[in-house]
Amino acid sequence: MAARANIDVERLLAHYRAMARIRAFEEAAERAHQEGHVKGAVHLSIGQEAVAAGVCIHLKREDLITTTHRGHGHTIAKGADTGAMLAELLGRASGTCQGKGGSLHIADFSIGMLGANGVVAAGLTIAVGAAHAVKLRGERRIVVCFFGDGATNRGPFLESLNWAKIYELPVLFVCEDNGFAASTRTRAMSAGPGPDARAESLGIPARTIDGNDVIAVDEAAGELVERVRAGAGPQFLLARTYRLKGHTASDLGAYRSAAEVEARKADDPLKRAAELLKVSGVADETIIAIDAEARAEIAAAWKSALGAPWPAVELAFTDVQDVRMPSWR
Amino acid sequence: MAVMSYLEAGKAALAAEMRDDASVWALGEDLGRGGVFGQYRGLVDEFGPARIVDTPISEATIMGAAVGAALLGTRPVVEMRFADFALCAVDELVNQAAKARYMFGGQGRVPLVARQPIGMWRSSAAQHSQSLESWYAHIPGLVVVCPFTPADNYGLLRAAIRCDDPVVYMEHKDLWAMTGEVDEAADLPLGKARLVREGSDVTLVAWSGVLRAVEAALPLLQDGPSVEVIDLRTIYPWDRDMVLDSVRRTGRLLVVHEAVATGGFGAEIAATVAEALFGNLKAPVRRLGAPRIPIPYSPPLEEACKISPAQIAETVHGML
Repeated sequence: MAARANIDVERLLAHYRAMARIRAFEEAAERAHQEGHVKGAVHLSIGQEAVAAGVCIHLKREDLITTTHRGHGHTIAKGADTGAMLAELLGRASGTCQGKGGSLHIADFSIGMLGANGVVAAGLTIAVGAAHAVKLRGERRIVVCFFGDGATNRGPFLESLNWAKIYELPVLFVCEDNGFAASTRTRAMSAGPGPDARAESLGIPARTIDGNDVIAVDEAAGELVERVRAGAGPQFLLARTYRLKGHTASDLGAYRSAAEVEARKADDPLKRAAELLKVSGVADETIIAIDAEARAEIAAAWKSALGAPWPAVELAFTDVQDVRMPSWR
Repeated sequence: MAVMSYLEAGKAALAAEMRDDASVWALGEDLGRGGVFGQYRGLVDEFGPARIVDTPISEATIMGAAVGAALLGTRPVVEMRFADFALCAVDELVNQAAKARYMFGGQGRVPLVARQPIGMWRSSAAQHSQSLESWYAHIPGLVVVCPFTPADNYGLLRAAIRCDDPVVYMEHKDLWAMTGEVDEAADLPLGKARLVREGSDVTLVAWSGVLRAVEAALPLLQDGPSVEVIDLRTIYPWDRDMVLDSVRRTGRLLVVHEAVATGGFGAEIAATVAEALFGNLKAPVRRLGAPRIPIPYSPPLEEACKISPAQIAETVHGML
């Protein structure tokens, strides 16, 4: 890695710390799934951490995000408690959603995280609606909508971008393009030059960046977030990255070669950030210490989550609806 | 008491809630010019385009945006034009609106109202005529309302807007012009049926537009069997208590709805009565609904899909 001019080492360290926490969480989630502790599907964002870190560093607590089935990283970067998240994956009452949502439906409204989603592209319409309410009430906060490349072929993608533009809503669309829609290469299924061109065709300014370069994500997101805050209407960030793990934690990835994945590991955003830190004069020990600290946090979170109680069966019947709450017959 | 049409009653209810609560707003296609049936006419003049929002033809995003805006504490009233078109927004209604509160462990509520007019009306054919209330009754988290009278359209729309649950609100297109007295001070609860008429021989449960056929059937009943008529009004949660109390007395149940009989909500009522009151029944439970065919365009064919007063009278006679 060549040296880069004007590196803000403290900021890069902050990014590295954020990414290391996400990586440690995802590795713990993968292990927990393989060991059978986590029953439901887990979609890992290993290799994509720079997008979450580089975007969320620009957000305030009151800002809002929506995310996808692959949303752990964004949720952590927005400020969610990793212990509550792991408890949620385990289905425990102390989880972010009392164990009623699991990985696919993690949400933490207290930090402005309006929910992961089990349906591809569903978060887009919810994000523009949240932005619509923000504008209707004259609030200052903004909404960031994370979604994958696969979402760009669903109707709500077009509808939501169009909606955000005609009402000039305070929303930043972040397309985290990891190259795959489940086991299918998205490019093979997508007409036209790409998601950024689709956004631009609707008059939404778009920037395309190397999503594994956390500094590039930080800079581009910073500019776009500033524009959204200034009332310039919706903006679009296309971050090209690569999913180093399968679609789910149980996907062996037979649709791509091991050599391809190995080659892409050179591009691992944590590895790249670490190299950049080193050439900027940060000691190996500092980086190792950050990794260790992140793993220690997750290990402690895992221990407490694993010891947390299961929800009482009665909890299955709460929060369904007010008008005649259900019960067993 | 004011005399209003069913359409005016709905408009007055929305206006009243918008005056009372600044977080109430409406969104849908053409609302700025009154909406497809005129149910919103004039509202933009009073409330402005930020609260009576004209939208693109984007049903999925109209509903999905309402979910996002509702999670933030606003109370969106969504206009889908036709229940048939609301099918373009089923993910947003069924997977998102109905489940967000539950999946997120109670962190948010989705107090939206999805207005989606139902029913056969002026040769509207297969994609503008359906009555799909039973679909939504099947979904945990949703409230389903089918008002019949102007008074109920007023009171129940107000209750639906105030409700913290997502409400599927199904007005019948053939009732827009029907007038009736509306007590604007009345407080109507969701989940309570209306006893239209007391009787002792047969309990007839119906809702929405088909109640006009029920009204027309009553004079056709020879030898005067005494029919108790219940307008269910809210399909979910339905007023089990009123229906079971009635059938306990009459020993006979007939459910009449405009929707396709197969898998219609009448099946749920019939099954519930069979389970709870088998020993009280003096005759088999009967259901009347549309045949399981798409609604045809041609007037005589469309008419053939509707439940007629004669059919109702004949069925009642057959149960005695």
